[in-house]
Formats: sequence, structure tokens, C-alpha cells
Amino acid sequence: MSMLAYDGTAMLGRQLLRIRNNPGLLILTQTMPISMLLFFGYVFGSALAMPGEAYRSFLVPGLLVATAAGGIMTGMFQAAQDTHRGVADRFRTLPMSRAAVPLGQAAADVVVTAAGTVPFVLVGLAVGWRVEGGPLQAVAAFGLLLLFRFACTWAGIYLGLLTRDEEAAGQLGGATFLLPLLSSAYIPTSGLPGWLRTVAEWNPISAVTTALRDLFGNAPVPDGAAWPVAHPVAGSLLWCAVLLGVFVPLAVRQYAHGER
Amino acid sequence: MTTSTYAVLSEGLEKRFGEVHALRGLDLAVAAGTVCGVLGPNGAGKTTAVRLLTTLLRPDAGSARVAGHDLVREAAAVRSRIGVTGQDTSIDGDLTGRQNLRLFGRLHRVRGPADRTAELLDRFGLTEAADRPASTYSGGMRRRLDLAASLIRRPEVLFLDEPTTGLDPVSRTLVWDVVRGLAAEGTTVLLTTQYLEEADRLADDIALVDRGRVAHTGSPARLKALVGAHAEVVVPDADVLTKAAAVLDRLTGGQPSFDRERNAVGVVSKDPTLTLPLLVRALDTAGVPLLDASLRPPTLDDVFLRLTETGTTDTVKERAA
Repeated sequence: MSMLAYDGTAMLGRQLLRIRNNPGLLILTQTMPISMLLFFGYVFGSALAMPGEAYRSFLVPGLLVATAAGGIMTGMFQAAQDTHRGVADRFRTLPMSRAAVPLGQAAADVVVTAAGTVPFVLVGLAVGWRVEGGPLQAVAAFGLLLLFRFACTWAGIYLGLLTRDEEAAGQLGGATFLLPLLSSAYIPTSGLPGWLRTVAEWNPISAVTTALRDLFGNAPVPDGAAWPVAHPVAGSLLWCAVLLGVFVPLAVRQYAHGER
Repeated sequence: MTTSTYAVLSEGLEKRFGEVHALRGLDLAVAAGTVCGVLGPNGAGKTTAVRLLTTLLRPDAGSARVAGHDLVREAAAVRSRIGVTGQDTSIDGDLTGRQNLRLFGRLHRVRGPADRTAELLDRFGLTEAADRPASTYSGGMRRRLDLAASLIRRPEVLFLDEPTTGLDPVSRTLVWDVVRGLAAEGTTVLLTTQYLEEADRLADDIALVDRGRVAHTGSPARLKALVGAHAEVVVPDADVLTKAAAVLDRLTGGQPSFDRERNAVGVVSKDPTLTLPLLVRALDTAGVPLLDASLRPPTLDDVFLRLTETGTTDTVKERAA
């Protein structure tokens, strides 16, 4: 275990150095949610039943979670990219922990997400979003957000190792933009027709979004929702546990086996 | 045959990729502290052999011990004792040269990775470029960094897969010097190459690999003796070609081959007592007028062409064409 911690830290350092040496992609991925907040909040928001500022307050937690779900995309892309680099071969011939490479990638992703959340939150505050609950709840909300990101990244890493194709990973990963559309990230699910509402509420993004809105005190838990949304914090933790429980072992196994 | 005298000892290694039977029972023995050149045509299985012996691939059958440890059951122990430079560069282009070496040093549990990094950067002439991303390096620089990365912790066995393919002469000489230096310090080196000159210069022993098996092994001198010298004479006109061939046949007992465009006839001689004056005298006595005569000691090219099936079929095809 100490071997994993040591090698994982080294690999975390590697990922952070890569980003520092080449910050372009990071800046792009971090400005995306900000522009979405402005477009959704002011352009689409103008046509919604909810008044502008209320919708923007509603939207900020939704976009935070939707961005966190983007970990599937970045995880996939990076893992697929890495399998094509000769450096993956070198890692496999080193006397290091097999799990350290994906762990380092996922951990670096969480660090980057945490850093990227800061400018987004500042813009959120500027457009009228507020923490309306207690400070401890707010900290818990950010913790939950990062845990969800960590879980999504592992799912992405597994899929990336499975496809082994940067282009396919890019395209398939792009499809993850659709996931938040069928959730409560951008709209309240209460207005959806029955079956669609059920599907949307079983989307993990809905549970985490509802949990964040609840913890930040932005919106109450909706009535009559499916179980994970009706108990959003427990539901979110359970979803994260399921994602991690499934994808961590799969990704580690896939990585260790490589092309063998 | 104890395993400790062999740094690499494989028995019957097999590997299939779907329909392709890349290795069909590779038996390889590399004595500790020697340089072994694995020579073979494209597709002979050289790279597959290296990928198996460095734990990147798992054998379908057979077994091997590297640095005294079983390849499959003790893969971790093998990994901590080997250095590998594959055909594709295995460094991280997003990191600088220095960052690459420090990372590998850390993962190899090197004490004081910063010092070792500086030392290797200097040795491989990369100090000036050390803080630039490796993706901006030239091919030669990247290969040198790759080699430096394989040496971050001095390996017991170093695997080099075509280490000088595509390198400029300066980088090539540097790689050769490094290999010689390591061998002098007792590191076992297994290198694959398509350059016969490289194997001739560096290797104590050569394993000639063909179609997934070791076809021949031995020192370069032994393999050359196996093939024999090449005698060739050029005559002024076609009429005397047959006469010249008869003399060559009598002298060497070899099978003369004709190049009718040049009015030349050549033969392989395995008789070490045959000299050029002897050859010329015999032809002169027989009344064969000569324009040119040569007796060329065998090169590894000849070994390669004559001792591998692939080489032989290719030559036959060339002659037929």
C-alpha cells in the first residue's frame, strides 16, 4: 500500500507537471462552464418560467456537477492518449505499482477540478448565486463534488483504456455532454413527463446536483422524486461508491494487463 | 548450465498475435556480462522477443529467466533489474528532459534522483536542452534521453531494441560508446539490430533470429566462418566464363554463380587456406584472362543472407527476377 501511495504521488506529480508545461487545454476546459453559465443563465434563462437570478442560482450547482461529470471525457481522453505514448511501455517495465498510473491521473484530475472551481464560483457569485446554507454544509458540498469527479474520472479512465483510440475517445467522450441534459442539472425534473422524469432522476448527476442545491441552501429537495433524489446526500454517496466499486478494479485490471 | 551464469535464458518462448505466430520456440542464452546482438530480418520476432523478455508481453508457452528471476512469476523482481529502450521512444513528451529522468528515478527508487539526473543529462549531452519539453527534441536527442532513462538505476540487464535506427552518425557513435562502457562495467546488454556492422562491432555473440526461432548462434567470427569467403573474378568476354567457373569449382568445391552482365563469376570458399595469389595463379595457369579478381572475407551481410531462410528466399527471388 505504501508502494501505491509513493508511486501514486509520483504519478500525480507527473500529471500536474504536464499541465503546468502545457496549460492550454486546462484553460479551455475551465472557461467552458463559465461561458455555459453566462449563455444558459442569460440567454436560455430569459425564456424560462423562473426569474433570471433565481435560475442562475439554480444553475450554478447544476453546472458544477455537469462539469464534474465531464471527468468521464477527460479521463477517457487522457487514458487513451497515454496508451499510445511509448511512455506507457516504460511505466510497465518499471518496478512500480500497477495501479499508480490511473490513480495518479484521477488524483491530478481532482486537483485540477478543485482549482478550476474557484474562478467558476467567483463568476457564479458575480451573477447572483450565494451560499445560503451553513459553511460546513458548503464545504461538504464541495467535498461531494470532488468525490463525484473522482468517480467519474475512474469511469472515463476505464473506458479510455478499453477503446485505446484517442479519436474514438474524443468523440465518445463528447457524448458525455448529453448526460446532464437528461438530469436536473439545467432544469427541474418535476416538469418532465412521468417516465422521462424517472430516467432523469436515476441519473447520478441529478442526485449530486440536488445534494449540492440542498447543502448550499439554493433549492429544497423536490417532492415525489425517485429515491436517490429524494435522499440526495445518501444517494450521491451511494452512486459514487457504486461507480468507484465498479470502475476502479476494472481500470486497474485493464491497465495492468495492457496488451498482454 | 546454471542460471547465474546466464543473464537471459529462455526456453521455447512462444507468442501468437491472432493468426500471426510471432515466436515459435525461442531458445536464447545470453552469458552474464556479455553483449548479445539479436539479428534478423523484419518480422523475424526480434521486437516480440524483447517485449516478452522485458515483461511487456506474457508468453503463450515456454519460460525464461532474466537476471536470475522467472519472467512471469517474478516479474516485479525482473523489472527492478532491467533497463529497456524500445523502438518507440518511451519518454513523456509533455515533460522536460530533466522532469522525465527525475520521475523515472523516483519510480526506480533511486537515491538522490536529482544528482543522478544531472549526471546522465551531462553524459548524454542533454544538459543544455534539459529544461525544454522532450517533445521539442530531435529524434537523436529523444533516443539519447530514452537511453538515459533506461540507465537511471544501473540495470543488470539492458535491453535495446534497434537503438540506433534512424540516428545520425554522432548519436550512433555515442550509443555505441555507451554500450561498450556498460559492458566493460559488467552490464549484460541484449540489443536487436538490422545493422550488421553494429552487431559486428558491439556483440560478443550473435543470435540470428528467423521466423520466430533462433536459427544460429555464435561469435561474429564463428558465424562468418560458417558462411565462408566470397571469391569473384571478372573476365573480358563471355566465352571464358565457363572456363573460369570450372577453375573456381575445382579450387573451392563451391557452387559458382554467374553475373553475365558483368562477365563475372563468384563462388563461396570455406577453405581458409585459399588466398588471392593462389586463386590468380590457378586461373592464369588454366589460361583464363582476368580483368579483376577478388577474395572478400565474409561480412555479416553474407551471414544474414545465407543463414536465414528469409534471406535465402529473398536472394533466390532476386536472382530469379
